[in-house]
Amino acid sequence: MTANSVQPGIVVAAPGGRIDWRWIVSEFYLALVRGLTALVALFLGWILWRIFILGQKAVTWEFLTAAPRHGMEEGGIFPAIFGTVCIVVLMIVFALPLGVLSAIYLVEYAGKGAIARVIRAAVNNLAGVPSIVFGLFGVGFFILFIGRGLDTVLGVPAAQPLFGQPAMLWAALTLAILVLPVVIVSTQEALIAVPASHRAGSFAMGATKWQTVRRAVLPQARAGILTGAILSISRGAGETAPILFTGCAYFLPTLPVTEIFGVPVVNPLSQFMELSYHIFIMATQSTNVAKTLPIQYGTTLVLLGLTFLLNLSAILLRIYFRRSLRKRH
Amino acid sequence: MAVDIRALIAQQSARRQRGQELREWLIERFLLLNGIVAIVLIALIFIFLFKEGIRALEAIPLHRFIGSEVRSFLTGQKEFRMIWQPVSTDPKYSIVPLVVGSLMVAIPGTLIATIFGIGIGVYLSEVASERVREIAKPIIELLAGIPTVVLGFFCLTVLATLVQQLFHTTYRLNALLGGIGVALVIIPVIASLTEDALRMVPDDIREASYALGANRWETIWRALLPAAISGVSGAVILGVGRALGETMIVLMAAGNAALVTANIFSPVRTMTATIAAELGAVDQGSPHYYALFLVGALLFTITFFVNLAAEVVINRARSKLKL
Amino acid sequence: MMLEMPALQFAVAPMVGSQPAANNKVEVRELTFHYGLVRALHRVNLQIPECRVTAIIGPSGCGKSTFIKAINRIAEVTDAVRIEGDVLLDGASVYSRSIKLVDLRRRVGMVFQRPNPFPKSIYDNIAYGPRLHGIRERRLLDAIVEQSLQQAALWEEVKDRLASSAMDLSGGQQQRLCIARTLAVQPEAILMDEPCSALDPTATGKIEELILELKKDYTIVIVTHNMQQAARVSDQTAFFLNGELVEVSETAQMFTKPVQKVTENYITGRFG
Repeated sequence: MTANSVQPGIVVAAPGGRIDWRWIVSEFYLALVRGLTALVALFLGWILWRIFILGQKAVTWEFLTAAPRHGMEEGGIFPAIFGTVCIVVLMIVFALPLGVLSAIYLVEYAGKGAIARVIRAAVNNLAGVPSIVFGLFGVGFFILFIGRGLDTVLGVPAAQPLFGQPAMLWAALTLAILVLPVVIVSTQEALIAVPASHRAGSFAMGATKWQTVRRAVLPQARAGILTGAILSISRGAGETAPILFTGCAYFLPTLPVTEIFGVPVVNPLSQFMELSYHIFIMATQSTNVAKTLPIQYGTTLVLLGLTFLLNLSAILLRIYFRRSLRKRH
Repeated sequence: MAVDIRALIAQQSARRQRGQELREWLIERFLLLNGIVAIVLIALIFIFLFKEGIRALEAIPLHRFIGSEVRSFLTGQKEFRMIWQPVSTDPKYSIVPLVVGSLMVAIPGTLIATIFGIGIGVYLSEVASERVREIAKPIIELLAGIPTVVLGFFCLTVLATLVQQLFHTTYRLNALLGGIGVALVIIPVIASLTEDALRMVPDDIREASYALGANRWETIWRALLPAAISGVSGAVILGVGRALGETMIVLMAAGNAALVTANIFSPVRTMTATIAAELGAVDQGSPHYYALFLVGALLFTITFFVNLAAEVVINRARSKLKL
Repeated sequence: MMLEMPALQFAVAPMVGSQPAANNKVEVRELTFHYGLVRALHRVNLQIPECRVTAIIGPSGCGKSTFIKAINRIAEVTDAVRIEGDVLLDGASVYSRSIKLVDLRRRVGMVFQRPNPFPKSIYDNIAYGPRLHGIRERRLLDAIVEQSLQQAALWEEVKDRLASSAMDLSGGQQQRLCIARTLAVQPEAILMDEPCSALDPTATGKIEELILELKKDYTIVIVTHNMQQAARVSDQTAFFLNGELVEVSETAQMFTKPVQKVTENYITGRFG
């Protein structure tokens, strides 16, 4: 090499050694991160496998459709499944409209103003609140404050409260607050994914803002909103802490159903059984563990299967949604 | 016959004009109201927790929340102990063991989760091929979708025995087990946020590093991770927040002893588990009831500030890279 | 566009004129380059003489960037590529199995179209390369940093703020920083991919001065879409079109009496 202007003594490269330490170190760390990922994936697989193996023995048709007997040692978990379905339906009825409309406001109307920033901050905060704090709020606010308040207003005797006690309604509201951020964030994403050209085209034809949102944007965002709803349902079905004291029971003799004019209807003021709560109580308070363990695994398998199915369909829906958006352009 | 569209629209327009503007205004106000509900809710939670929590300070003097004088059985002397034992003839309300308990679970849990989470994030972003990534990402998301009660159940029945055999612990349920369980919940959070942070680093930086003669790991370690450090730190801080707020796993796996200890092989009680375990048994209006709300308020405050810190750090990440 | 092909493949283009016969630092032989299914280069033959500036010109999409990225093999970082033919550095193939990419890229440095400093301090940017190679002593690093910044004509402007972030520098300063960063590993050749296209005329002028200074010690290949720039700084110019090398000759000759008609058309601005 000509005119070496570097001071003697400063050698930048010395490819004389035969052992390439740099390459060895690099390969080591790359193998390490591969290993860490594989470890977690295998661990997850092990958990699922074990639950499946030990649980599938218990999951029979009777298990899914019958009520528990003999203090949970025999029978099925149908009431818990029924209760879980009821609570998530009620929850989504509260959370979905509220969340979707809020998201529409944030994306389509709000822009960068102060109000929007405060709302976004509030949503972020809600997302970070520990689940038991929601439960505390549910007890203190919904049951004791609003529930008892309603009872007082309606003249219901304090010894036999109607609203001022744990009930499906309060549990559903508590869960709805918990999943609200999930609905808002997924709806926001779905709305933002709709290209600006759709809105521009609508405005260019003289449509108002709401007309544009309703006719040009929302239909495109449907799949994304649905994804968010499914994810919230999955989340709601799996959360235990918020419903521990707001409406769940370990054993109820009847389903939370009453009759109105002869038509069976779910009674939101009654307590209910629920899958995740059932697992929790059985696992921590069973008297005869040998007998209940298979049932514990079975119930866990059912809950896991339910949440997995929901999450999987949400993921698949999201992939389909992205592909269909791409196809149209 | 040609349709005079303009005339038709003009006809309709005149009729609808006035009603339409009002309707649009109402709709916007209505949507705003929906958005404000979120603010109202968080404010309500805040107000309610503190309203009931403050009442605890009326019933119980502040210093009792640190510790109280207890007559020791052994020596007969009075000594200062920090115990949470609200249900007893001499109720004790020290929250120190609860806070320590939460930390005893959150710190090991976050440490484990950080190592695995960042490793997985680096793997997904920089090492895995596209095909592998398409499978691995949904798998991590599925892990995130497992209900915490299921993980708690697994820790309680399977992992507890394993850990006890491995470490020869005296107690089957302890802080370490709780930490491991909590780590399982946090790993997907840290992994996916780390991956996002790394993907946000522009390819320019990668090219520059390779062009100078760096190999793959050197590029990741010396150029990419430093560039993504804010995002990764934010992820870890969020993980800490999640760990402190986790309820079911610690309730089922971390034991049930509300004592101050630094030994991760002993059982602990976290703030979250305390509320969950005792709320069902309190009488409304009793000092115990208010004390639980105070614990809830404390928990809420701690997680609020932790999440705030995470957001500040992550926002610094965005502004740093946009230069 | 039809080109008169075989006759003009100056496989070995003798440097016409008063240039002394120089060693070839890089030799490109029959290089055909595919990005996936797309063919970016076709049977390119070119010799790059040592300690001279070779300019690569041609319209957008003609393969100029691909060409230099094939020399230091940086193209492989972001895409799947397929190579036929060869590239030799000091007579040894850079595509052989025994070559270490890490060494190749230290010996052949690259400056990119948009300045890409690391989001670190100026000092850490320059020290990045030497540190990779195990140089840790502060005194040595200080000396290397100062020397590299001097060579890149940036020292006076930043010597008092080496610890400040590189992202705070102007575009032209950032690009000179990137050049200094490349110099800090003491390469033998420097590839420049349109280094001035994102810069204003003053900054461009400074970098062109720098290039003329650097060529005393380094072999330089510069891709540029600015023909005046090519005329100003280079000794030899190669014209690419549609992935093929159309013509290469001494710069003075290329711009006054190009051999190929299509070259003349490009140079006079009839297309591009």
